[in-house]
Amino acid sequence: MLHIVACIKQVPDTKIIKMNPKTNTMDRASAPAILNPYDAHAVEEAVRLKKKYGGIVSVLTMGPPPAVKAIKKCIELGADEGYMISDRAFAGADTLATSYALTKALEKIAKHRPIDLIICGKMTIDGDTGQVGPGIARRLNIPPLTGVNKVVEVNKEKGYAIVHRKLEDGYEVVKSQLPCLFTVEKDINDISFAPLPNMIKAARYQPTIWTADDLEDVDRKQLGLKGSPTIVSKVWAPPKPEGGKILTGTKEEQVNELLSIILEKKELFS
Amino acid sequence: MNFDDYRGIWIYIEVKDGQIAPVSLELLGAGRVLADKRKTELAGVFIGSGVKALAPTLFQYGADVVYVYDDPIFEHYRTEPYMRALLDCCHKHKPEVILYGATPSGKDLASAIATDLPTGLTADTTILDIEEDTGLLLASRPAFGGNIMATILCKKYRPQMATVRPKVMKALPPDPSRTGRVVEEHIELHEEEMRTKVLQIVRETAKKVRIDEADIVVAGGKGMGSKEGFQLIHQLAEVLGGAVGASRDVVEAGWIDHHHQVGQTGVTVTPKIYFAIGISGAIQHVVGMQNSDLIIAINKDPNAPIFQSCHYGIVGDAFEIVPLLIERLKEEIPKIKAAADVKEEIRHA
Repeated sequence: MLHIVACIKQVPDTKIIKMNPKTNTMDRASAPAILNPYDAHAVEEAVRLKKKYGGIVSVLTMGPPPAVKAIKKCIELGADEGYMISDRAFAGADTLATSYALTKALEKIAKHRPIDLIICGKMTIDGDTGQVGPGIARRLNIPPLTGVNKVVEVNKEKGYAIVHRKLEDGYEVVKSQLPCLFTVEKDINDISFAPLPNMIKAARYQPTIWTADDLEDVDRKQLGLKGSPTIVSKVWAPPKPEGGKILTGTKEEQVNELLSIILEKKELFS
Repeated sequence: MNFDDYRGIWIYIEVKDGQIAPVSLELLGAGRVLADKRKTELAGVFIGSGVKALAPTLFQYGADVVYVYDDPIFEHYRTEPYMRALLDCCHKHKPEVILYGATPSGKDLASAIATDLPTGLTADTTILDIEEDTGLLLASRPAFGGNIMATILCKKYRPQMATVRPKVMKALPPDPSRTGRVVEEHIELHEEEMRTKVLQIVRETAKKVRIDEADIVVAGGKGMGSKEGFQLIHQLAEVLGGAVGASRDVVEAGWIDHHHQVGQTGVTVTPKIYFAIGISGAIQHVVGMQNSDLIIAINKDPNAPIFQSCHYGIVGDAFEIVPLLIERLKEEIPKIKAAADVKEEIRHA
């Protein structure tokens, strides 16, 4: 029986989010909160491995109370159990403080059921860093395998996993001891449609929620804003480009002008 | 923590197939500026197997010092041995800044080091500066999917660390007369203690034009309507001998593999010519292509933001414009080729 934990995050959909041009802050109301797309693939992979090898999939998130919705989404995808850590003390955490808090929660989960494998999305679409997953692995002192786009084998009995890690121009096949942590690429799987029983279960599901006080051996100085070495000093709107020349005339004229612009770079075609 | 103990700007030098990764040379260029401002040394940290011979190249590109960890255990990048070597180097020589390429292995290593030291780490930086007197690193990056730029500081910890996007910084022209100091380091590591093993490396894109190396990139967006409509992008790329790019929605719709995605969560490209066809031009896309030499946009919507980010634009239907362009290119390109061949013959005559 494998125990796999997927770490997930609820994020604003940055593709459609609007910015307040005066304050350069996000207008959160303009974008729906969604399960981070990479994390959906992490949960999907965990569920597939559970189906293949047998086991239990837990999901863990840190966030404000509405993030329960993201856990419910994971239950729809086939996760068995959900855990959430939620406390003002976690607010303002950068990647270092986030990996610290999540690690403390993982240690608590592992006490009750030892963890064989942790799967995270490659990155979140709001933070865009990809640093939390490897941070958790370091804190737990287990090997991080980043950019995984295929799981070849997980062998709990013999204590190893074999995966493909994406490289810029291909992939490498890596064997790692268990437990270990994967961060996964989107192309690792296609998200399955949630079966009806999962949807019903998800609708009623209430995750286990812990505050900072519920976690053990926590150094409060390492939590939230206080535990974050990086600070955002300034935000500004990216410089607006000046805009280009619009070609006019008939279609043929436009294409001819474009053609001469392209062919000016004749070294590319000779 | 006494900040005065921490001196020098370091670049993690990445090795790929026995060569120095281009991003590492770009970072030496950026690091040189920071080191000069701080009147301190620029160092490369070189971890690998058989890499020592390449150290002089780093001097030519701006390094004053190269710390070398040369051992067969470093043959392939793996977090554990690389992290142990770099941590060893940090503890011995105490840098004030470490920069890494924002590549798969650079990000992997930087995240591990930041957690262990611990210190702050800024991801995917695109603008770097340093305060001359305090040594505070100003690392700026697109945030929230590129909707804003943010400057990130790490005031209370040293070293300050950032990963930097490839192709954003400029390498210095190599100066063969520049030399420096090689410091050979060693750390006791045993293969049997390593918890991961690289079994095989598979290169996949040998046949295809790599999008981040192509001189011409033809990118299509949702405006192409369907996977079938997107074929027009492939056709234009083929005629031009270029690579195919795509916006995020096209990748998410499954019209093309995400290796082709240009933008914040995809690849950054800087080709000689970039075509954005049926792409609205959301900032997330633009940050991935804005440094291209020539950007050409074709879009039906005259108000599409892409026209703000291009050099030349055509407001029109791609399905009318592009086939016409393909037809004309098919006529003209062979003429250019023929003319070039004639020149070549004259030269040899």
